[in-house]
Amino acid sequence: MIDGLGAPQSLLLLGGTSDIAVAIAERYLAKRPLRVVLAGRPSAQLEAVAGRLADRGAAVETVAFDAAKTAEHEEVLGRVFAGGDIDIAVVAFGVLGDQAEAERDPTVAVSMAQVNYVGAVSAGVCLAKAMRRQGHGTIVALSSMAAERPRRSNFMYGSTKAGLDAFFSGLADALVGSGVRAVVVRPGQVRTKMTAHLPDAPMTTTPEAVAASVVSAVSRGRHTVWVPGRMRAVSSVLRHLPRPVFRRLPF
Amino acid sequence: MTEWKILTGWGRTAPTGATVLRDDETTDDRLMAAVAGNPPRGIIARGLARSYGDAAQNGGGLVADLTGRTQVVALDEAAGTLTAEAGLSLDAIMRIILRKGWFVPVTPGTRYVTIGGAIAADIHGKNHHVDGSFSQHVLSFDLLTADGAIRTVRRESDPALFWATAGGMGLTGIILRATIQLRAVETSRVLVDTERAADFDDMLARLEATDHQYTYSVSWIDLLARGGKMGRGVLTRGRHATRDELPVRSRSAPLAFNPRGWLTAPPFLPSGMLNQMTVAAFNEVWFRKAPKVRRGEVQSIPAFFHPLDGVAEWNRIYGPKGFIQYQFVLPFGEEDALRRIVEQVVRSGYASFLAVFKRFGEGNEGLLSFPAPGWTLALDLPASDDLAVVADRLDEAVLAAGGRLYLAKDSRMRAAAMTAMYPRLPAFRELRSTLDPTGMFVSDLARRLSL
Ligand SMILES: Cc1cc2nc3c(=O)[nH]c(=O)nc-3n(C[C@H](O)[C@H](O)[C@H](O)COP(=O)(O)OP(=O)(O)OC[C@H]3O[C@@H](n4cnc5c(N)ncnc54)[C@H](O)[C@@H]3O)c2cc1C
Ligand SMILES: NC(=O)c1ccc[n+]([C@@H]2O[C@H](COP(=O)([O-])OP(=O)(O)OC[C@H]3O[C@@H](n4cnc5c(N)ncnc54)[C@H](OP(=O)(O)O)[C@@H]3O)[C@@H](O)[C@H]2O)c1
Repeated sequence: MIDGLGAPQSLLLLGGTSDIAVAIAERYLAKRPLRVVLAGRPSAQLEAVAGRLADRGAAVETVAFDAAKTAEHEEVLGRVFAGGDIDIAVVAFGVLGDQAEAERDPTVAVSMAQVNYVGAVSAGVCLAKAMRRQGHGTIVALSSMAAERPRRSNFMYGSTKAGLDAFFSGLADALVGSGVRAVVVRPGQVRTKMTAHLPDAPMTTTPEAVAASVVSAVSRGRHTVWVPGRMRAVSSVLRHLPRPVFRRLPF
Repeated sequence: MTEWKILTGWGRTAPTGATVLRDDETTDDRLMAAVAGNPPRGIIARGLARSYGDAAQNGGGLVADLTGRTQVVALDEAAGTLTAEAGLSLDAIMRIILRKGWFVPVTPGTRYVTIGGAIAADIHGKNHHVDGSFSQHVLSFDLLTADGAIRTVRRESDPALFWATAGGMGLTGIILRATIQLRAVETSRVLVDTERAADFDDMLARLEATDHQYTYSVSWIDLLARGGKMGRGVLTRGRHATRDELPVRSRSAPLAFNPRGWLTAPPFLPSGMLNQMTVAAFNEVWFRKAPKVRRGEVQSIPAFFHPLDGVAEWNRIYGPKGFIQYQFVLPFGEEDALRRIVEQVVRSGYASFLAVFKRFGEGNEGLLSFPAPGWTLALDLPASDDLAVVADRLDEAVLAAGGRLYLAKDSRMRAAAMTAMYPRLPAFRELRSTLDPTGMFVSDLARRLSL
């Protein structure tokens, strides 16, 4: 149960090795011990994260979960919830993909959409169902700035995130009155293994900063958060730029 | 009626959704059927929801709102015993019995609690130091248990189940009816002595010296006063007035009782309104307003026992984030620890309007009953993220001094702290594991604290 001051007792990370998801877990763990379920593709990395969170006081379980294998989601997540209530679930899996390759090869494009959008929709439906049953819980969905307006340089990724963003924004509305909430998080570029090969963009932020915003959004009951916060204004300006100008932006 | 609703306690924190059974769904038969249906997320009783945290919530499960069960089954006017349905409020009881010369044995700081809630939290009042807590005046109750049976549980002949249920926060079953022993009174007025205490030592000394002379005793501490004034406060203590002690004009209606609420707090207030400055100003006025000493003042029952009931929904003044009440008891002999905890609260800078202080008398056999011989302090604190750390530190200090927190007020302590504070929890768990092996009676509080 989330307590009267917003501290959860259990956390489910979908995409258990995500740097952002781990930072969120660590931020909660700094205050109180909790149960953490890491759902992800089995790997040494997943076990390493489990060890690291256990060292910080978490009771960790790992569960094999592949975002692309949507046929298994209901069963896998059903088992997670059967093990006890989940207070906060973070939908953190995602791939950045290779824009150029995806433009050439439809199977690459589809597999990005399969993980980032279709996988998120499937997981989102499962989470909402399970949380409605418990009458409480918060779903945190990691969208992106890129969801707000597709850019020439990464519209493949952007379009998948736009789909995810629309889905969880709508879900948040559908959940009003159920006791369950959903929060859509729109970070700009974050320094994680996903972006390690890229140069910093303007206002590049850290997993810790995203985690801080997520924790505060959950306790305040926000629906949408931008990280950093001033990204909201920037993003609003970008959305209204004339297309020829927007297309020529350097990032 | 059955309806899905989002519920919170009085502190308005941590809402969860549940299927609420009300009115025609809360007859004995319908409740027995609900239990027989083995609801997958269990069931918990709910009264007037005056507990501050999540005790009367059950996310995703059933919540039996008993406030529609208000029948008086029997009132023995000679013996002063009342048998009534568990949803009847103390307010309603007082309206029925006072004019017949009886009063409730124990009343909390609000009349808007049900009999069921009073037993389940084993509530205490200003007379705890002489009369103990509510359950000590309960002769028996009917309890619907997980096997679907209704048992009549008598304090004398079934102490194990009685004392698991008294203070058991609804986790042994649903109390359907109870028989309580009332207190005879000649009038509906209280004779009150008021005095100021200059600081913490003065407060303790006054309470130790003369509390036994009063039926009722409670004090208010100004938690914003620092330095030499730390722990200053106002003591108000009294006893029921006899007819002769009333002013002549009141003697013709010595048992008159007709409380009215007159204000409703506005529904939407920003969280930041109760900042330290407004509270400090309020506290200063309150302290100055209190006479240095005033003896034998005649007060009405609402004025003396339930001053906050005059403002409906006053819990809204804390804004949308809600608030918590932190109430602990420390054993006698731990006065130094008590002083350090008060200092800790003062230093933390958390504004508190109401810091209510009292000397408890003996505890009882209730497995999870809160009162224990010692000092209890209760303070309201607006919810915020930083408060979590402050409150966790207070818990540690309370625990180290052998104290504990009151479950009816709690919304945030850790399961480990609770286990350490309630040494009879293992006995409670054992009784529950045979009485309710599948954990059918469960609440958000029970989940949070792994009861
Ligand atoms: C302004 C204010 C002042 C207060 N002052 C005091 C005080 O001085 N002393 C004190 O001790 N407390 C005090 N309280 C707390 C209050 O007395 C308790 O929380 C009490 O339990 C509330 O009763 P309720 O009917 O509102 O129960 P709820 O809050 O609805 O429920 C409380 C608990 O009782 C259980 N319960 C309720 N009905 C039943 C039933 N029929 N069968 C089984 N379980 C049941 C619930 O499951 C829950 O665990 C105060 C609260 C407020 C808001
Ligand atoms: N970094 C940024 O700049 C940025 C900005 C905005 C939004 N985001 C979003 O934030 C989220 C977290 O990203 P991050 O920055 O923390 O990157 P990350 O560390 O690379 O995490 C991405 C996670 O997705 C998992 N994943 C990929 N494909 C999966 C699949 N098929 N099944 C299950 N899990 C899969 C990865 O697990 P494996 O270990 O199995 O590969 C990894 O745990 C992503 O949704 C991302 O799109 C990131």
